[in-house]
Amino acid sequence: MPGSTRACVMNRSERRRPRAMVLAAALIAVLVLLALFGPEASPYSYSALDWAHLSIPPGLTAEHWLGTDSLGRDLYVRTVYGLRLSLIIGVLATAVSVLIGVAWGTLAGWVGGRLDAWMMRVVDVLYALPYLFIVLILAALFGRGNLAVLLLAIGAVGWLTLARVVRAQTLSLKRREFIEAARAAGLSGPQVLWRHVLPNLAGSIAVYATLMVPQMIVYESFLSFLGLGVEPPRASLGSLINAGARQMLTAPWLLLVPAGVLIVLLLSFNILGDGLRDVLDPTRR
Amino acid sequence: MLGYALRRIAGIVPVLLILLTVSFFVIRLAPGGPFASGRALPARTRAELERLYGLNRPLLVQYGDYLRALAHGNLGPSYSMRDETVAGLIASGLPVSAALGLAALALAVLSGVPLGVRAALRRDGALDRSLAVFAALTLALPSFVTGPLLALAFGLWLRWLPVAGWQPDTPRDLILPAVTLALPLSASIARLMRASLLEVLGASYIRTARARGLGRARVLWRHALRPALVPVVSYLGPAATYLVTGSLVVETVFELPGTGRYLVQGAIDRDYTLVMGMVLVYGTLTLLANLAADLIHAWLDPRVRHEPL
Amino acid sequence: MSSIQPDGECGAEQRERLLGIEELRVRFPGAGRAAVDGVSLSVRRGECLGVVGESGAGKSLTFLAALGLLPEGAEVSGRVRLGPQEVLGLSERALDRIRGRRVGVIFQDPMSSLTPHLTIGAQLAEPIARHSGLGRRAARARAQALLERVQLPDAARSMRQYPHELSGGMRQRAMIAIALACEPELLIADEPTTALDVTLQAQILALLAQFKREQRMGLVLITHDFGAVAGVADRLAVMRAGEVIESGPVAAVLKHPGEPYTRELLRAAGEPPAAQPPRAAGADGAAPVLSVEGLEVRFRYAAGLFRRRSWRALEAVTLTLGAGQSLGVVGESGCGKTTLTRAALRLIRAERGQVLWLGQNPAQLSARRIRRLRRDLQLIFQDPLGSLDPHLSVEQLVSEPLEIHQSGLSAAQRRERVHAMLARVGLEAALYARRAHELSGGQCQRVGIARAMILAPRLLVCDEPLSALDVRAQRQIRLLLAELSAEQGASLLFVSHDLALVRHLCERALVLYLGRMVELGPTDALFARPLHPYTRELIEAIALPDPDLQPARLAKVRLGEPRRLEQPGGCAFRMRCAHATAVCAERIPPWVSAGQGRWVACHHFSDWADDMLSG
Repeated sequence: MPGSTRACVMNRSERRRPRAMVLAAALIAVLVLLALFGPEASPYSYSALDWAHLSIPPGLTAEHWLGTDSLGRDLYVRTVYGLRLSLIIGVLATAVSVLIGVAWGTLAGWVGGRLDAWMMRVVDVLYALPYLFIVLILAALFGRGNLAVLLLAIGAVGWLTLARVVRAQTLSLKRREFIEAARAAGLSGPQVLWRHVLPNLAGSIAVYATLMVPQMIVYESFLSFLGLGVEPPRASLGSLINAGARQMLTAPWLLLVPAGVLIVLLLSFNILGDGLRDVLDPTRR
Repeated sequence: MLGYALRRIAGIVPVLLILLTVSFFVIRLAPGGPFASGRALPARTRAELERLYGLNRPLLVQYGDYLRALAHGNLGPSYSMRDETVAGLIASGLPVSAALGLAALALAVLSGVPLGVRAALRRDGALDRSLAVFAALTLALPSFVTGPLLALAFGLWLRWLPVAGWQPDTPRDLILPAVTLALPLSASIARLMRASLLEVLGASYIRTARARGLGRARVLWRHALRPALVPVVSYLGPAATYLVTGSLVVETVFELPGTGRYLVQGAIDRDYTLVMGMVLVYGTLTLLANLAADLIHAWLDPRVRHEPL
Repeated sequence: MSSIQPDGECGAEQRERLLGIEELRVRFPGAGRAAVDGVSLSVRRGECLGVVGESGAGKSLTFLAALGLLPEGAEVSGRVRLGPQEVLGLSERALDRIRGRRVGVIFQDPMSSLTPHLTIGAQLAEPIARHSGLGRRAARARAQALLERVQLPDAARSMRQYPHELSGGMRQRAMIAIALACEPELLIADEPTTALDVTLQAQILALLAQFKREQRMGLVLITHDFGAVAGVADRLAVMRAGEVIESGPVAAVLKHPGEPYTRELLRAAGEPPAAQPPRAAGADGAAPVLSVEGLEVRFRYAAGLFRRRSWRALEAVTLTLGAGQSLGVVGESGCGKTTLTRAALRLIRAERGQVLWLGQNPAQLSARRIRRLRRDLQLIFQDPLGSLDPHLSVEQLVSEPLEIHQSGLSAAQRRERVHAMLARVGLEAALYARRAHELSGGQCQRVGIARAMILAPRLLVCDEPLSALDVRAQRQIRLLLAELSAEQGASLLFVSHDLALVRHLCERALVLYLGRMVELGPTDALFARPLHPYTRELIEAIALPDPDLQPARLAKVRLGEPRRLEQPGGCAFRMRCAHATAVCAERIPPWVSAGQGRWVACHHFSDWADDMLSG
């Protein structure tokens, strides 16, 4: 039986993490640049139809190097455009989640008592529900193709985990002696919160936010895949994959290209987030 | 232990009731109605239909009626698929969805736990390192990506397995969907299992057990495995939630006649009773799964039983 | 006398030798220095070897390595013989025939060292069944007999209980029972009393001494506490930085230490209290710095879905502390001493009673006024690391009180004050930019002291500030606290489980038991003639690093774990008291003056007080 001390728990791939982290960050930077400038830098528009080139596989013509779909739309432009939309939605939805989650979690953890019990009961109940299902129903009922509703609906899913994490950390910080030391030193409640609690939460919030972006992108793609997200001719990675999956018999590149971009995007964010967690979040060590 | 279980079961009922109540009113708040969308019905027919289903009465009365019917086990008729009852639709779809979910869960647990244990015991071995890659990949891949990709690879290119569809009594139809659904779950479980077993193996009570000369196998099975399983079991709650949502995608991708399709279509069609029925079914399922996870947790760790709720 | 003595290799000695460790080295991959560097030790049958040193000296590692219990990856070389058999390099399977059967081990923290999900009975019967081949039923019967031998009050019930359901002392007894399950030839006790209260420490040590005598087994006592060694050990080895620097018979080493390091350790452990440093006396008639009257604190906890219960952590505590005075508060864990500090500073809510700060009642002041008053009432914490915000540097930590309470200072003035204070507590400038986790425990505690003293408070409340530190750091911090508080004329409220420490620092001492005051008086008088049986028990439990006195003192310690208090009411101490009578169960003893500034709460104290106070 191999015994182990905590210091030895890291395995070799974990020790190699810094390099992987840098690579992931670089890939994210490239994808963000593509999303920012890619669509405008191309001669084509995401919605322009080219009847002369229908369902061209990648690499066949110089004009459409990644090929076209069955309506002759340029796959490269559609993919970077979808990437842009997915990224925007992912980041904004994460912002919504982080705002709600941090506010909810610190309030519950800091005030404690009945308010805490009540607020966490709400989270528990929502947690036990197939929450994405409810978002799905909401999206179907109110917001087919409506980006603002979509954003709110997705953002409303992610805050639960963050609220739990932040609350647990606030609680454990509150019990730490340095918080008591701050109160004994004559700091007021808000001062303690601002000077000693929030700075110590910042690391884990950053980590969870990084890990949440890919999750939000998945949720958006998920809704778009089910036809509840962005509506054609606009495209997100999810709706592109949906369209591609329907034609994978005849034009597999329509599935493989956007799926590949999504995989690289999600993988990079996950690796970066996990790496950040090891660096920043002392509670996970 | 029994008291704990009973208290927890009793806690489900109010949650379910709240869920149903909120859903009931939210669905009706949405613009449109079951007979307004899409189909151009003559106004008279529409009014007639609404009167028939009691949709013209005050909301609170409708709510009371619905609960009363529910108490008698009556989920009502479907508005969009006439001639069908909600109960009938669920009865036809649920076996498919349940088979898919259970198969995926079994697959994930039966592969994830041994993988994780093995990786922890041979840290840095080949298996451990491939597990890290496998986990990173599958966790980054949503099932609506893996599904089509697997179908492309195994169904269309290799032609080993059927790509879509469902015939009763042909388990082969279930393999690809179940694997698609199980992959990320299996990776999560393996990762959790590895991390928690490593942590437990580093605990002082494991050193004590070894100092008693109990032998490798006994220390692992009797002293280490049970506490190491705790995080895995706690994860089964969220896992159930994942399975429920994931099955929706997988059923769409592989065109399985499960219950998943009723939810989205029901919501789009404003089929109030059908959506309520789906909320009831899936809500109960996830709540029960969370409950089961908590009960197993309490059994694994005697300290939990004494904690007040 | 004090040099390393080679063990006799002649025939009789050879046969008697149980464990022989020669030139043992342990190195962890990536570490520069060997953690254990050429250690040679031996233990004979029926003998106790004490191994003493500060944390990180390699004491535990030496014996873990000998038993093959080190973490994976450690490189071990040397020779370890159990009787004639070479142990190092044995297979796991062969080691399993030694561990638990021929060698038993007791670890430091009984809570984390027992498997949480198995009952005590199951964990105890396990090695018995494995090593002796007894059936389940016979193994359980023997397990229960063992629990009775280690004096667990209700052995049959404890068999069915889980570790978390037992008290700390009961857990350590269960741990000993498990180690002794197969009547090992050698018992290795790794800091067996460190996590326990003083009275329990004495009981556990006495129990170990008894088993050593009765079973003629070898005993290795690994500890940082010279007092523990003095009472039990026959021979002594002092370790530092992975090496044995001195060894020999206990009496010889303790009385005539050869190495300067040993002398330093011994001085830190057994220094007789010096005369109290002169303190700046407060002006007559000035209001006391702190006065507490009839304080009661209750903690609430949920006892079910809707029921809430509470237990009394502190009850009817009254005390005053004048300017420049020092008061020690002692008692075992759970006696309410920490609660008292928090309630006195209004960091937790008191159920009843009144607190006055410098003559003012904070209950009648605004929150802002209370915060301003806090600059005169500072607190030093038990956990030196945990009481410092991990994301702030040393300089920022010490500067914060100034930012809050003296916001008029310029940044340069502030920096100057902070640097002066840091230099005063003995921290080098190179450390100012570091964060708490980059400092040693002693350095952290110095930062805590600097933070508390920079505003020159009128009252310094110390909550076990030394218990997390090594012996030498304890002494340094103790001296620093005494100097600084005397220098600034601050009153001192010093909370500790360690009576000897209070004797060093405080003029008066207050003894608490289960939240109630049991005795108060001048420290010297209280030590010389304790009036309450509990105070006496505490004093008798102090482990003196004196090999002539300590074995006899230890022999007098009662071994039994007290039964839990079944019925409330009456004197809380009666379950442990040899003098308890019917009246103790009926009425709570009143808090009465015994003259000469002494107070006590005991129905029977006059039975022995008269002749003691007169004699």
